[in-house]
Amino acid sequence: MTGTERAAERPYTLIAELTYRCPLACGYCSNPLELGRHDAELPTDDWARVFREAAALGVLQVNLTGGEPLVRADLEKLVAAARASDLYTNLITSGIPADADRLGRLAAAGLDSLQLSVQDTDPHGAVWIAGRDDMEAKRATAAATRALGLPLTLNVVLHRGNIARAAEFVALAERLGAARLELANTQYLGWALANRDALLPSRAAVDEARRVALVARDRLRGKMEVLFVRPDYHADRPRACMDGWARRYLVVTPDGVALPCHQAGELASLAGVWENVRDRSLGDLWGDGAGFRAFRGEDWMPAPCRTCDERTKDFGGCRCQAFALTGDAAATDPACALAPRHDLVVAARVRAEAASTPAAAGSSTAPLRLRRFRSAS
Amino acid sequence: MIERTTRLSLARQVRLKLDPRSGKQMLLYPEKGLELNDTAARVAALCFEPRTVGEIVERMAAAAGAATPRAQIEDEVLAFLRALEDRGLVVVHP
Repeated sequence: MTGTERAAERPYTLIAELTYRCPLACGYCSNPLELGRHDAELPTDDWARVFREAAALGVLQVNLTGGEPLVRADLEKLVAAARASDLYTNLITSGIPADADRLGRLAAAGLDSLQLSVQDTDPHGAVWIAGRDDMEAKRATAAATRALGLPLTLNVVLHRGNIARAAEFVALAERLGAARLELANTQYLGWALANRDALLPSRAAVDEARRVALVARDRLRGKMEVLFVRPDYHADRPRACMDGWARRYLVVTPDGVALPCHQAGELASLAGVWENVRDRSLGDLWGDGAGFRAFRGEDWMPAPCRTCDERTKDFGGCRCQAFALTGDAAATDPACALAPRHDLVVAARVRAEAASTPAAAGSSTAPLRLRRFRSAS
Repeated sequence: MIERTTRLSLARQVRLKLDPRSGKQMLLYPEKGLELNDTAARVAALCFEPRTVGEIVERMAAAAGAATPRAQIEDEVLAFLRALEDRGLVVVHP
């Protein structure tokens, strides 16, 4: 969100993870590694209450995501409930299965926009990263979205296996009539961290994809917005993860746990603090939840963050990355060149450069640990 | 680029919403929002049906009164609409 004079902490966006069920098995999925550990999905009425409570907190946008939200049989009701709370309602989907009639019902229920993921334009690449290739379903979903007059965003998560095809993703987005294209490098947490040595691209590959994106951005200005998100592993400063801990975003997991980001439930130092929207209102959890308060503001910051001029821009980087790499969630994000453990990121970079021979560019075949959903039962 | 004679309206995905927390109008579009100052909010509200930039400037000038130079209003209207155009939030009509 852009704007001025905003409260220091106010959620603008609710990320509603409606389910962990998904037809895809992407090796960079942001869902937890232990999917089977989670309880039953929140029912329709609980989500409707969450949307009302989010709107009362000041949330303006809701991203209905997952897993694959289309597997929820009550998705039409959930869209209608989000709109009844006057939230701008975005559906984040793989487009599988393609169902133009259902998209029509979702649009009639008040859906504002649809973000469609594309794993790869190369069928072998799609199977490598996601377990299957569904380009025809994605084309059909995009066509149905456009026919309904809904704005279409195409989202591509970039990694070593597809980053050489940035120009193909731009061309595909143009053909599908997308209003927006996100070329976002993988964030190396969760499943993506488990697969990092197979996914992290070389610096040269990132720079070339960025060049392609910037050329497309200029050429398509006013017609299609082109966003490029570089991997923090190849930057000298950390990313402003979630625009700061518990500052702009709220995540609610399929079983109702309220979190400040997708990965926060994995932090060992905060194990047991996360509360469920079945037990407390979202407003209470946002304002008073121990996990939400843990890394708000600057009091938690170690040196060198504490006195760094960048701390109001990057908010100290990513807590989950600090924990995943160093074991300490309060450590300086190792993506930062000033971090005591920046060596951990540099070592991963060195391995990526060694693995990115010209022959291997754009056709990674390294073994991957694909996301698997095991039901709790 | 949008000029004085351009006829335009806001793209279908744009919603205008009064933010109950700040009392400001917010322009909402896919996964983003833009907080509007009073002038921008009035311009946006005029763009839900097709109008030329010239018509929008006329209406803004009539509301502002004679004390505000028309050239200043036109500059502000054009700057705002061009910023929206850059984000793909404006539809240009023939």
